[in-house]
This record gives sequence, structure tokens and C-alpha cells, in this order.
Amino acid sequence: MDYTIIIGLEVHVQLLTESKMFSACGTDFGLPPNTQTDPVSLGMPGTLPVMNRKAFDLALKTAVALGAEIAAFTKWDRKNYYYPDLPKNYQISQYDLPFSRGGSIPIPVRKDGGGSRVRLTRVHLEEDTGKLTHGTGGFSEVDLNRAGIPLLEIVTEPDIRTVADAKGCLEELRLTLRYLGVSDCEMQEGSLRCDANINLHIPHEGRTVATPIVEIKNLNSFRSVERALQYEAERQYEKWKRDGLTIHDAHKETRGWNDPEGVTKPQRQKETAADYRYFPEPDLVPVEVDEPWIARIRATIGELPTERRQRFESDFGLSAYDANVLVEQGEEVADYFDAVVKATGEAKLASNWIQQDVLRIAKETKVSLAEFPVGAEGLADLINRVKRKELNTNQGREVLAKMIETGEPVDAVIAAGGYGMVSDQGEIVAAIEAAIAANPKAMDDLKGGKKKPEAVKGFLRGQVMKQTGGKADPALVSELLDAKLAELIG
Amino acid sequence: MIDPTRSTAVHLLAQMSSGEVSAEEITRAYVDRAERLNPTLNVFLHRDVQKALDQAKAVDARRAAGDSLGPLAGIPVAIKDVLCTLGEPTTCGSRMLKSFRPPYDATVISKLRAADAVIVGKTNMDEFAMGSSTENSAYGPTRNPWDTTRIPGGSSGGSAVAVAADLAPISLGSDTGGSIRQPAALCGIVGLKPSYGRVSRYGLIAFASSLDQVGPFSHDLADTALLLGVIAGRDPMDSTSVDTPVPDYLGTLDTPPPSLRVGIVREYFGEGLDPEIEAAVREAVRVYEAAGATVREVSLPHSKYGGPAYYLVAPAECSSNLSRYDGTIFGHRAEDFSARTPEEESIPPLIRMMMASRAEGFGPEVKRRIMLGTFALSAGYADQYYNQALKVRRLIRNDFDNAFKDVDVLIGPTTPTAAFKLGEKTSDPLAMYLSDIYTITTNLAGIPGLSIPCGMTKSGLPIGLQLMAPAFAEETLLRTARVFEKATDWHSRRPGLS
Repeated sequence: MDYTIIIGLEVHVQLLTESKMFSACGTDFGLPPNTQTDPVSLGMPGTLPVMNRKAFDLALKTAVALGAEIAAFTKWDRKNYYYPDLPKNYQISQYDLPFSRGGSIPIPVRKDGGGSRVRLTRVHLEEDTGKLTHGTGGFSEVDLNRAGIPLLEIVTEPDIRTVADAKGCLEELRLTLRYLGVSDCEMQEGSLRCDANINLHIPHEGRTVATPIVEIKNLNSFRSVERALQYEAERQYEKWKRDGLTIHDAHKETRGWNDPEGVTKPQRQKETAADYRYFPEPDLVPVEVDEPWIARIRATIGELPTERRQRFESDFGLSAYDANVLVEQGEEVADYFDAVVKATGEAKLASNWIQQDVLRIAKETKVSLAEFPVGAEGLADLINRVKRKELNTNQGREVLAKMIETGEPVDAVIAAGGYGMVSDQGEIVAAIEAAIAANPKAMDDLKGGKKKPEAVKGFLRGQVMKQTGGKADPALVSELLDAKLAELIG
Repeated sequence: MIDPTRSTAVHLLAQMSSGEVSAEEITRAYVDRAERLNPTLNVFLHRDVQKALDQAKAVDARRAAGDSLGPLAGIPVAIKDVLCTLGEPTTCGSRMLKSFRPPYDATVISKLRAADAVIVGKTNMDEFAMGSSTENSAYGPTRNPWDTTRIPGGSSGGSAVAVAADLAPISLGSDTGGSIRQPAALCGIVGLKPSYGRVSRYGLIAFASSLDQVGPFSHDLADTALLLGVIAGRDPMDSTSVDTPVPDYLGTLDTPPPSLRVGIVREYFGEGLDPEIEAAVREAVRVYEAAGATVREVSLPHSKYGGPAYYLVAPAECSSNLSRYDGTIFGHRAEDFSARTPEEESIPPLIRMMMASRAEGFGPEVKRRIMLGTFALSAGYADQYYNQALKVRRLIRNDFDNAFKDVDVLIGPTTPTAAFKLGEKTSDPLAMYLSDIYTITTNLAGIPGLSIPCGMTKSGLPIGLQLMAPAFAEETLLRTARVFEKATDWHSRRPGLS
């Protein structure tokens, strides 16, 4: 693959507000069509928009968290176009003076890359449009429940160079927005929508050739973002090889992602040439944002994912990879981890238990961490017992499995299962001697160098554990076995 | 039975409170007069006589029961059909909204109801408030009661004639470039365009949002003060309404203003001004001088660009405000939107439906302004036209700021001519636009403007004097105008209607 992929994202996020951007009407999702409307959101004659301050606060919170520069003066503009999902036939948006510029989204470190940042061009606030359903009988149906919901538009610079980074950037944005509590970011429900701009830079005869830019729409899941970009990169490369057309030969094209077919297809434009005739919205007053307002917003921002990863690395000594696994899955997982660490003082142990057991089982049984039968306290209790050598690790695993199965606390499971670690030296030595006596061949192998000493020792350790019903302290078994063998072989 | 001729709201309130007349009798008298004269004048587009009488009776009953009553209790008020009234037809003078019944009251209507006013009907107007003669109504022109072969002015012609012909003692209009003051002048009554932000625009069907303002018509300034006091004030439903205190306009009206510095606008006495109008305005200046005013000439150097700027800003906003009327959600929907030409066959049916609905629903002047505004905002032209107009608007505002450093009010003619004949200017839009030449700059600057009667032409047509004051100085404006009203009797003239 001898080319560089250039990707920029345009993300729309619905803000979690009780009322719409410019009216008092409700915003609940999933209600019967056109029930979340009022004269203002229907754009009825004579009605006027009034700015929802809560929505503006959430927008500010997002931009501040993304490190953007907040404009001291911002205004609203009308974007004019005729479309049946737009009751007024203009959208109240922001054109030349958005409330925020700049900022960036970090791409978390993965095993195969990541670690860079994607710069933001701007973040602005606007009202959502309604929704068209192309139903039966050749009719289209208009649902205006969504019309007027506060919508944040986040535009990135074309800084992304791999498909995996595009996905990583989008995931990190979603995680951040959820941490901030400004949006639920459900791509399926449309509260997070993403369009992607992509083209290629191809080295050719000593220079770099850029292919025409394509905007991909209709990306309804993270998986489709990944698949569509991958497909489009390959399609553009093959096309360029065939026709040699560059960015100078063609206009930007809009293509829609067709998920079942796994291809992008040209989309018909809403208008032949987009002339939105932007002008300042005369029904609203400009917004002036001062330092005290920003400070008030800043105070509501808690620890963000990036900071949390850093804390997990620096305070707990986790690897970047482990820190990311615990953070990227949402606040619930990281909170669970933090609680276990707090109660055990064992970050690495907690990380291992959560990654290898808790998250694996949760995934297998398809439950969220909130529904997981063993809470952070229960797991911490278990880890503390392992730490105190009341249980060995394998026993711990069994106990955890029983806790999940029965919903019983650690004590009850241990009592019922008769778990407990044998740390009595005499008992272990007796078991070692019995194991050696019962397996003369093993001793022969060891003496004759027929097998590697570690293999033989492993075998004998297994025998000892078997004899003690799995309860022996494995570290003590190793230590005493080594001593015994040294004594026998010399 | 009372004869409403020569009456005013303040006078009627006094008569009701002294028990000389009931609210029902008052409403009955106005309603009967409207019944008789409306066929000639074409003032009302919609009336609900029974509802009006019921409202009046309810006021009487409450008065009898000793309940406290609102400041307009039992006073009939006519409403320009641009203001939304709950469940009642609100057509905006357009075929487009022929069947529109808003599920809400405009804020000013809520305020009138809270003041116990009796709403007697919705009045005729130029379609979507675009025009200066009320000839652009889809429901036929309104006629001037002083000469029914002449226009009453516009766009609030219906509301102006309602008061001038005593079909209601007071009424509400809207003014985007002169639509209250110009018909007030042409009909011989008082009309006030308040400062932008003084009165809520919620429920006022928008023409040009940054210029529109609701205001009162009346026979004299006491009624203007009374009605303004009821409708003014901050409204949480209108972000552009301003939270400045509403003074007791009526209570202070008869107190002469502390200083009486009057400015005469040099630019308003140039070419195009009818000599009879000029003479009347010059005479008004002498009345002020006689009352002890210091009069000086001031200049508003950018006035001459007011017209061009206005006819870019207002159409630009209107092209956007009126885009919602496409037959999709509301508004007239064409029944037949089949392709009329082979080229139209490639247009999706939805777009053809919008095109046909708008073609049928809007009249020619509205279409003209939509096209003008769409052009002015288009990519590649916006800088030349719309943005340039915004710059001029700032210069005009600065002109007024400078002028008001030295004077308290500005005076001049409201219109360049008296009422013209029906049909005289309908084929010449530019000539029609010139009738607002002295009024549009106050809308561009957001300051209040008032027209009061100041004379009659030899042929018996009223002449208006325009007074302007700084933003939110309505109190000064009314008190200064009251000095003239006290010294003259032009405001008590009534047309000789049978």
C-alpha cells in the first residue's frame, strides 16, 4: 500500500437537555412521531426562538474539555435551504463566529499505533432537523420530534492518517462526551452521527498526487466508519490507477455507505450547488461569554479519560495498554477498578483480575458492569484473601466463578466449598515425599537428564497440589520441592 | 346608545366607570357602525361579533360585581391580521394563510386580554405587511374614509381606517418601514412605532424580523400612551425584547418635557415633498417655537441611502422568514403540481408542489421581495448588497446618535404626499416605495417614530407630522408631541362618513 490516507471527521452530537435548543418543548427519544413538538419547534408563523442556556452550557463544557478556545462573542446565523425535515426551511446554526475554535481529540495508544492528537477546526451549536422516513406507497413521512434538539457540530482537521486512528478518535470523543455527561452518544439512535472526508496522497513520479476528496455519509456504527473508510481508500486507489484523476480534476463528491453491500455509492445532493444564503439570525441576540462563565463551566468538568489513563500509569504503574483497556470501556469499568484498588492497594492485581476475569465473564455473559453480580467490594474482598494467602490464585478463580453463579458473598462461597490454603510445611513436605515415592520414573528422568528439570518439577508440583486437594500454597510447594530435590540429587 | 364619533378609549373608560354607558353598549355601537361601513371600507377580514359582545358583557358583569378590571376593560380594539389570535383566522392578508388558525395568542394579544380589552376583529393589510397602500391584500383594498377613491396607506391600512372611521377607538398595527406611521398620517390619526425591543414580537407574523415592531393607532396621544403602556415590556418568548422599565406613559403625558429641543431634519425637505405637506410641517415648527422650543436644523447625512439599505435588509430577511410557507407543513398547498413544461418533469414532485403552492399562495409584491432578498443574500452578491446594506444601517444609526446629542426629538413630514388614488402606484413599485422614504430610517436605527395629525390639504386630506426620539425615549416623544396636540385641534377632525 504505497499511499497515505488523509481523513477528517465531521461529528454531530445531540446534547442531553430536557428541552429543545430554542423552545420549551420536550426531547424524549422514541415517542410517537410529532408528539415532541410545539409551535416554536414546528416553525409556526409568528413564533420566535429563545436560546436554551442549559444547551449552551453543555456545549461550552464540551469545548472547554476538548481544549478549544471559547469566543468572547458568538452569534447565530440562518442556514437557508428547502427540505421537508426543516420546518422553517432554514436551520439556526453558527456560521462565521462559532462559539469555539481549535482544541483537539487524543487518539489512545493501541498495540498497533495511536498516541497522536487530532486538531479540531471548530465546534459550533445548532438545531437538529426532523427525520424523514421513506415509507410505503411512495410517500415520505416527516417526524419533527427531533427538530430543534440541540446539536453540536465538531469538525476536525484532516489530521487522521489511518482507519484505525479514525475509529480511535471517534471512540475517544464518545468516551469524553459520556464522561462529561453531555450526550449519550448512541450512534444507532442518532445521538452521535459521523461523516468522514477522505482522500489519498500517492507518491507518483517524484511528487505527491492527491485524489479527489470524498465525503462519506450514512455511517451508523463504529464498525461502519471503519469498514467504509477502508473500502473508500481502496476504491480511490484503484480508481486513480485507472483514470489518474486528482483533486484538481474533480469536485468533492458525497457518497453514502451501504452497509449490507459493504460499498460506498454516489449520493444525490440536496441541492445542485449549496448556497445556504447565511445571514445573522435576527430573532436571537448574540451571546457574550466572559471568563467567570467559563470558570463556572470548567469547575463542572471532572477527570477526563486522558487524565485517568495518565493517573493509572503514573500512580498505579500500569502499562499504557492496561490503562487504556480499563479506561476505554467507559466510566463504569474505570470506576470499578478505582474502587478495587482503593480497597486492596493492589493496582496490578486488580487490573489483572478485572481484565482477565471480570471483563471476560461480563462479555461472555453479555452483562454490563452495573449488572455484574460481583461488585467492586466483593472482588476487593477476594483479592485481599489471595493477597493474605488464604486462597491461591486458582482457588480465587473458582471462588469468583461460584460468587457469580450463586450471587453469594466470598465468605459463604469459601465456607461452602471448603476453600483454604494449606501452608503447613510438614503437610506439604509429606505430600512432596509421597509424590516422589509414587513417581520413580520422574526421578529417573531428572537424574538421567532425559527431561528438562523444569518440566519434571512442574509435573511433581502438580502431583503435590493434587494430593492437597489444590489447597497448598503454590509458592511454598515450589520452595520445599526445590529443597527436597536438591537434597535427593545433591 | 352612544355615538362613538369623537370618542376615545380614555373618554369611554371614564364614561363606563361613571356608569354613563356599559361595555356592551360601547361594543354594540362600534360593531353596528362596522356593520354599516365595512362593506365600503373593507377594514375587517374577520369579525366574531358574538364573541366581542360576550367579552363586553363579561366586563360589565365583573364591574357590577365590584371586581378589579384591567386598564382597557370594555374597550373595543381592532387587530391587524398579522398578529396571531388563538383559534381565529390569521391570514396576514395572504391567500397563503387563508385557512391558518394559530394555536396560540401573540404576546400583545395576551396582554390585551389580560387588560380586559374587547377584540372586535382582524383588519386588512398588505400581504405579509409588504406595501404602502393596503392594495396588496389578497382580500381587496381598504379605502380611505376621507376619500374612498383613495388608499389609506399601508401596510396597516385596515387598522388605521378602523380608528379613523370609528369602527374601533384604538387598534394595533405593525411597522417595518412605516406601516403604522404612514397610514396614520394618511388617515389623520396618531400612529406610533415603538423602539425595537419595546414591544414583544412573539406571535407577530414576521416580515423583516430586525425591523418589525407592533404599535398602537388612536385618535389622540392619551390613547396611544394608554395602549402602549399595556403592550410594552420584556417578553421571555422574544429574545429581542428589552428589559427596560415601562414608564407610566399616560400619567406623565400632560407634563411638558423638561427640555424642548426640537431638530428639523434638513434631508426631509428636499425633492419629492409636496408643498402642502411642507407648509403644514413648517407651521408645526412654528407651533413648537411658540411653545418655547429651541428649534435647530440637523442633518442625517446618510438618509438618502436609507431606501436602498431598507430594500435590501427587509427583503433579505423576508426571503428567509417566508420560506416556511411551502405547502408542506402549513400554508396553502396547490392541488395541481403536475409538470407544466418538459423541463419541469425532471423536478421531483415535492419541489414542484412547493413551487406551485408558493406561486399560487403569494401575490406579486411578496414574490418581488422574496426574489430581491434571495438575490441579495446569494453567494457572490451578499457582500455587494446585504453586507453593504448592514454597513449603511450602522451609518444611519450613527447619524441619529449624533443628531440626538443636540436635540431631544426630531420632526419632519411623515410622508412626502397625502393619500393617493387607488391603483395610482400599483404598477410602479419604486414610486410606491418612495411613500415610506421618511419613515424607514427609524426602523433601520431601531428608534421610536410617531405620526400625529398636523393639517389638511386643500382637497381635504390629512397630513401627518413625524416625531422621532432616541431608543426607549417614548415618554419624551409622547410628551413632546402632546405639546403640539394641546395647541392644535387637528387630532379631533373626523372624516365625514355617513
